[in-house]
Amino acid sequence: MNQRLRQAAAAVRIHALEMVHHAKVGHPGGDLSSADVMVTLYLAVMRLRPTEPTWANRDRFIMSKGHCSAAFYATLAEAGFITKDMLGTFMDPLSKLNGHPDRNKVPGVEANTGALGHGLPIAVGCALAARMQGASWRTFILTGDGELQEGSNWEAAMTAATYGLDNLVVIVDRNRIQQGDFTEKTIRMDPLPEKWQAFGWSVVEVDGHDYDALREALAGAPREAGKPTCVIANTVKGRGVSFMENKPEWHHGIPSDAQLAAAREELLGSAK
Amino acid sequence: MSAEVVVKAGLFDCRDAFAATLEAMAAEDPRICAVVNDSVNSTKLKVFRAKFPERFVNVGIAEQNMVGVGAGLASAGMIPFVSGASCFLTARAMEQIKVDLGYARNNVKLCGMSSGMAYGELGATHHSIEDFAWTRVIPNLTVVVPVDPIETRAALRWARDYDGPVFLRLSRLPVPELLPADYVFQPGRAITMRDGIDVTVVTNGILVCRALAAAEKLAQQGISVRVLNASSMAPFDREAIVRAAQETRGIVTVEEASIYGGLGGTIAEILALEHPAPMKILGVPGVFAPTGSAEFLLEHFGLTADGIETAVKELLAGAGAK
Repeated sequence: MNQRLRQAAAAVRIHALEMVHHAKVGHPGGDLSSADVMVTLYLAVMRLRPTEPTWANRDRFIMSKGHCSAAFYATLAEAGFITKDMLGTFMDPLSKLNGHPDRNKVPGVEANTGALGHGLPIAVGCALAARMQGASWRTFILTGDGELQEGSNWEAAMTAATYGLDNLVVIVDRNRIQQGDFTEKTIRMDPLPEKWQAFGWSVVEVDGHDYDALREALAGAPREAGKPTCVIANTVKGRGVSFMENKPEWHHGIPSDAQLAAAREELLGSAK
Repeated sequence: MSAEVVVKAGLFDCRDAFAATLEAMAAEDPRICAVVNDSVNSTKLKVFRAKFPERFVNVGIAEQNMVGVGAGLASAGMIPFVSGASCFLTARAMEQIKVDLGYARNNVKLCGMSSGMAYGELGATHHSIEDFAWTRVIPNLTVVVPVDPIETRAALRWARDYDGPVFLRLSRLPVPELLPADYVFQPGRAITMRDGIDVTVVTNGILVCRALAAAEKLAQQGISVRVLNASSMAPFDREAIVRAAQETRGIVTVEEASIYGGLGGTIAEILALEHPAPMKILGVPGVFAPTGSAEFLLEHFGLTADGIETAVKELLAGAGAK
């Protein structure tokens, strides 16, 4: 399984960089940091039917950090929701693959995100709906770490804890970089696990590039009955491409032809 | 569409019709649920909470979260009625309304309570006179301003059956029953509450009964006024406005809202593009309201039968011969 995930993650990373290079717009740093979480969710954790994307009992996934749409679309392609050919239309005029995902255009997209801080309230609504319907499906949501500066997340965090939504799992892509700088130099997020704990969540920190750890944390939720789960995935922004790693300028930097070629080579090597 | 107007005895708080209808619908349909921002009393949903505790979500004082939670519930097949004071619901959660409801087309029913200047002396923080301008520009969002308890019930039932986001702008100010008991709400239709040939008054919500009173007074002076209830703010009945511009000498709009970007603005856009005609726009003229009760403020801004009567006469004086 890990080899499959490794190969899928490399494919997602390469597709994402190709898409951003093609569109000359995008957010490659976060695409690369979140790729391992994404493929673990879609290929090893969530209950899904890619050929029946609106299957009522599917697990829900909300991509709250909608600016990492390239990684999201590439993952949907790896999982079989959309074709890999479609990825070549990323942000083209009239393409279904908008810069930020639109649920009315792309199978498998559950929410229109891009404005930050929208995903968690929506995910709380999904988890409440499952409870009202007596359904067993779970709701997963991926947020950025800088995104948690939006107050709406903490409104929703309180609601989830108060309602004891143990069918809800938030994953924080803790890459420690936002658009302008490192998060801790911008608005301090640490101590992040303690914040979520104080809000009443069951918290686990994992290496966000370790498939075993991710699978255990995600598939094993809830860790505590009656509590929503927060998985803080410690990641590296730009992960997998040495010259992009941990550099704020790659938040929305656009690779040149030569950089794309070098990145592709490095990522193909890592997938072996 | 036309409705025979019969003013029955008594005045009603439309929130009672809102709460009773929501309870009845929830009893019929397990998808119906309610989401509130601590506004259990001001939405009159205490009985709903007692009857359907598992379908009642109180997110606390958190409007962005409230609307997002509604979107999530809707995306998973529920029909949430997301209810709170209109001032906070619209202003605080504007981006969620735009993105999570309008853009994403989630089947959420927003119920903005105590809209306009219903909160009177509580001040401008609690007035919701910008909500017309803010909500009507959002694609896919239907905006409805019920005129009485009957239209409140009809609009709620229509909203339940319609698959898409809706903003119901409700009031707490007492109004008479104006529509027939078998009235059926249709989006995009203005209702002719009274026909006339000299001037058309277009209004909605709590001001319709005042426009009808003005029309009655003017009739006694030989001036025939058509009164349109524009309860469907979006989509809007453009045809009824063009017809009014063709068949009467001008249009007076009356809204419990800012005169900028709301009902008057909608009609000015239609007239400028399709059939220019003399117009007067009554509402709150680009200011925050001073302290005073709702009734005082309506009078202060001329949103009364007398104010409407004066505006009709001024319009006729300036309009020239037909």
